[in-house]
Amino acid sequence: MPRMNSTALRDENKVGIKHVNKNALSRLLKIIFSDHRGALIVVMVCILITVFTNVANSMFLSTLIDDYITPMLASGSRDFSGLDRAIATMIGIYAAGILASFTYQRLMAYVTQGTMKKIRDQMFSHMQTLPIRYFDTHSHGGIMSHYTNDTDTLRQMISMSIPQIFSATVTIISVFCAMLYTSIPLTIFVLFTLAIMVFTSGQIGRRSGKYFIRQQNEIGEVNGYIEEMIEGQRVVQVFCHEEQAKADFDKKNDSLCEAMTKANTYANILMPAVMSLGNLQYALIALLGGALAINGIGGTTLGTVATFMTLSKSFNMPISQVSQQLNSIVMALAGAERIFDLMDEEPETDEGNVTLVNAKFDKDDQLIESEEETGIWAWKVPHKEDDGFDYVQLKGEVRFYDVDFGYTPDKIVLHDISLYAEPGQKIAFVGATGAGKTTITNLINRFYDIADGKIRYDGININKIKKGDLRRSLGIVLQDVSLFTGTIRENIRYGKLTATDEEVYAAAQLAGADSFIHLLPDGYDTVLTGGGTSLSQGQRQLLSIARAAVADPPVMILDEATSSIDTRTEAIVQQGMDSLMYGRTVFVIAHRLSTIRNSDVIMVLDHGHIIERGNHEKLLAEKGTYYQLYTGAFELE
Amino acid sequence: MTNTVKQLSKSVREYKRDAILTPVFVIGEVAMDVVIPMLISNLIDYGITPGNMDYIYTVGFQLVVACLVALALGVLSGRHAAKASAGFAKNLRKDMYYNIQDFAFSNIDKFSTPSIITRMTTDVTNVQMAFQMVIRVAVRSPIMLISALFMAFRLGGKMAMVYLIVIPLLGFGLYFISTSVAKIFKRAFKRYDALNAVVQENVSGIRVVKSYVREDYEIKKFTDMSEGMRQDFTKAETRLALNMPMMQLCIYSTMTAIFWFGSRFILSGGMTTGNLMSLVTYTMQMLNSMMMLSMVFTMIVMSRASMERIAELLRETPDIQSAPDGVSEVKDGSIEFKNVSFSYKGEGTNPSLMDVNLSIRSGETIGIIGSTGSAKSTLVQLIPRLYDATEGEVLVGGVNVKNYDLEALRNSVAMVLQKNVLFSGTIKSNLRWGDENATDEEMITACKHAQADDFIQSFPDKYDSRIEQGGTNVSGGQKQRLCIARALLKKPKILILDDSTSAVDTKTDAMIRDALANDLADTTKIIVAQRVTSIQDADRIIVMDEGRINGIGTHEELLRTNEIYREVYTSQQKGGDEENAQNE
Repeated sequence: MPRMNSTALRDENKVGIKHVNKNALSRLLKIIFSDHRGALIVVMVCILITVFTNVANSMFLSTLIDDYITPMLASGSRDFSGLDRAIATMIGIYAAGILASFTYQRLMAYVTQGTMKKIRDQMFSHMQTLPIRYFDTHSHGGIMSHYTNDTDTLRQMISMSIPQIFSATVTIISVFCAMLYTSIPLTIFVLFTLAIMVFTSGQIGRRSGKYFIRQQNEIGEVNGYIEEMIEGQRVVQVFCHEEQAKADFDKKNDSLCEAMTKANTYANILMPAVMSLGNLQYALIALLGGALAINGIGGTTLGTVATFMTLSKSFNMPISQVSQQLNSIVMALAGAERIFDLMDEEPETDEGNVTLVNAKFDKDDQLIESEEETGIWAWKVPHKEDDGFDYVQLKGEVRFYDVDFGYTPDKIVLHDISLYAEPGQKIAFVGATGAGKTTITNLINRFYDIADGKIRYDGININKIKKGDLRRSLGIVLQDVSLFTGTIRENIRYGKLTATDEEVYAAAQLAGADSFIHLLPDGYDTVLTGGGTSLSQGQRQLLSIARAAVADPPVMILDEATSSIDTRTEAIVQQGMDSLMYGRTVFVIAHRLSTIRNSDVIMVLDHGHIIERGNHEKLLAEKGTYYQLYTGAFELE
Repeated sequence: MTNTVKQLSKSVREYKRDAILTPVFVIGEVAMDVVIPMLISNLIDYGITPGNMDYIYTVGFQLVVACLVALALGVLSGRHAAKASAGFAKNLRKDMYYNIQDFAFSNIDKFSTPSIITRMTTDVTNVQMAFQMVIRVAVRSPIMLISALFMAFRLGGKMAMVYLIVIPLLGFGLYFISTSVAKIFKRAFKRYDALNAVVQENVSGIRVVKSYVREDYEIKKFTDMSEGMRQDFTKAETRLALNMPMMQLCIYSTMTAIFWFGSRFILSGGMTTGNLMSLVTYTMQMLNSMMMLSMVFTMIVMSRASMERIAELLRETPDIQSAPDGVSEVKDGSIEFKNVSFSYKGEGTNPSLMDVNLSIRSGETIGIIGSTGSAKSTLVQLIPRLYDATEGEVLVGGVNVKNYDLEALRNSVAMVLQKNVLFSGTIKSNLRWGDENATDEEMITACKHAQADDFIQSFPDKYDSRIEQGGTNVSGGQKQRLCIARALLKKPKILILDDSTSAVDTKTDAMIRDALANDLADTTKIIVAQRVTSIQDADRIIVMDEGRINGIGTHEELLRTNEIYREVYTSQQKGGDEENAQNE
């Protein structure tokens, strides 16, 4: 199946950063606001209060000096009541500011985390509805990174960037007004120095950004190399290739270090540069303001100069903050866009209305629906004209009529497939990799939909059956076993959530897994992590057979289910499976021809065509492809 | 913790100079940050207030110089900090990687591949950030704090006592918040990992989820976990949200005190207006450095787990080391096992291999068969000393493997591993792993023996065809044959094929064995296989069962005497396939 490689993925990410969709921003804001409208209004009010407090704080020093200290110094009066009242008012403002900042910081934590959870949950729920095609055509690492990198950058943006930019904008506007109010000549001067600062930080920021992108690419390169080499570490040892491996690594590592140094240098310089320029501006305001005050130009007083100096500090901070946040916003929006891409993927459609129900026969031998498990299943087919239902017993008869299929419309991989699986038959598919064996099974459970032809299940068009019910009637055991974090018991029970412990044990015994499970330290309660990497491939396959056995499905698909089990164990498992599958329809794909010898029908596939069909004896007698495969003249992989 | 830091600091090496220069420049920066407000205070008090223009110009000039010096120092410290931290990260990766290269198989078994990759990537990034913080901020903040405090005392006199109350209170508050937050974060990140594991399992196991119609079950599982994570993160962040208001409380109450006392001091002539303004600046500096310190602290606490994981990998000593002045020549391909037992977990645990005594002549062909877990692979892995025998000794060419120079031994014993890997590059570059200086002719010969030449010639670029990472663009059988060719290029004295032809069809398998028998007659060949047909022509066949040798003999002998062998043989021959026998 086509799968994107890692280079393609990296390219995809690179493009994402360049053009940021404006829709992503509005959509993101909509998500944030929809659940937290009230909280966000409170947050904004609180931010306004904090900003106001900050400005008031900067202004207060000059009020103190100009309105109280200087006149008192001049008059020699020592009446502190006015001054103390002013300080008391300020304490009130401070208290409001602290309360506001406490409230908004706290609220933002809830808003951020609530939004993150919502996005994650939506993403995951939506992902579950996507067709298999999505997973087959997207790299798993790429899908994972939507949950990790992309959401992480979003968190940063929601919790930091948005409030900071809001407060910075308000601060800049209000400080600017305060500046204009205090002294127009000095404001003009500040604007001039500000332009220099913005220009400088812009220059530094651009270089830093350039090298950060290079660093990201180099990191990808080094990570890829590490992954490959660690994966092949045993081979490195066997071939005494250590020195060569070290030399190659050094080259990549050095070049990463170089890009990293450059990127970090510019990032590190940004803050001191802005700070120093700020100080320089501060000094120049003192010089200029001093000169103005002494000469009494423009009504400048000593207090004005003092205020202005504090104001200029309050002005510079938010500007450097915004310039720093802009980068992370661009990154976050690129991430948001990728997340929305996932959420916009077309889900699997399901027009089926035929459901699967437990059934029993009443006195008149009529099939009726049953509440409890009866071991008999029936398809509940709604009438076209009225609200009534027909019940069709599930027998496991699967028929393909002239089926064509391609993963992409321009490349058909299955041609004119017709097959009739009678209830209880064992149907085997044989053929080289890419011949289309797995593809056929993908069509039965509708992981993919056929391009042309018909598939009938107990005489019902499979498109009419609800997908969930169709799949529930089919047990699948795949070559690549997927286990889930949890105990062995939970993993087996995955096949049937209501299974009792006894059913679990019975299924494990049937699958031949019971004996090795008993040898594990905690038996059935042994916790598997990382998809059960502590087990051998063969043991994992036994577990997945047990999982299918507990589900007890009427039809089974075994895709290379025993490929990693040695022939002796396989013989034991085979017995168990044969008894399990007695009277049920089974589709088998096997690498080892010995496992399919007793099949009722063996189909030999070649390039999407069925080229031979018949049972073992018949096919051997034909001395065709099967014969050659069987005798080892062809490679089977 | 101290050990961990010590272990990691070894990797600073050539970047020591930068790591030391950074704080030196930072100290200069701090000095400027302290001097500048002082100059401004003087400017106001002695220049502006009395209207002394000359003084204003002198101090004004000094101020501009101080700012420029501060800028230069800032640039320098930033550059050296970047160099030191990026270099440190580079050395950490390098040291880990080098150490892994010396790992024995038993060391590799201990660390899973994803865990090694995380250590070399995410963990290194975390440590690098913390390191840069330490050499820049952790030096800056305390010095800033102390010098600002010193200046405040000089300017404000008794009034500066306010700081002595506020700073410890703030320090305590910040410490309390950072430690408790770090704890919650640690738990939250664990949940985050678990959540990501669920996503990972769902992505790779989507076929299972869909076939068992467990979508809703998985969504429920996920939302429950994401809710737990949300609660943890919210808790941590709301606690972290206390930082800001607490900080403001301290700043504002200090300010109030300064305003209140300050105005009285000025009026009683104990202080100047300029002093008051500078004092405000110093107050901000002090409290800001406290804030930065608490950030550094949180960061160090959070990166601790990463540091420990890296140190763990660095500390791991290779279980197998080449013998000093070891024997550098393997005489012949004879092999002897003397009372060998082996256990993956070391002595005293239940052994995988028990009491193996075995003698193989140079040039002999040995087949090994047995069920999964019977220790076939374990047995052969002791020969090139991929593992060391727990008890007894293994001799190659009459010399204990432990006495060889490891490279000499492994160059003479070529092993084709069961889980084999091709590397991204060309077919040629992969073959050259066997012999760096192999000529084209040698490569073609090796590939002919391994029956790989035919399919290579069918590729458009022949021997220069690209191989994707992991060899995903060739079929399993082709991959196995390339791996055999790669091993043949070593011209080994002993060749071990550990289930290396499982994906090759029986006919090609037989042709490979014929080629080996005819053209590598002097090489000892050990073939581990599942298929009886792969080994039945061997000079001797060893039947392994539960870690012991169950029988040794030729195919015919074992068919007569060994029950397991007979069982395996019949399980593969069931149905009486004369054709199969006829084909052999």
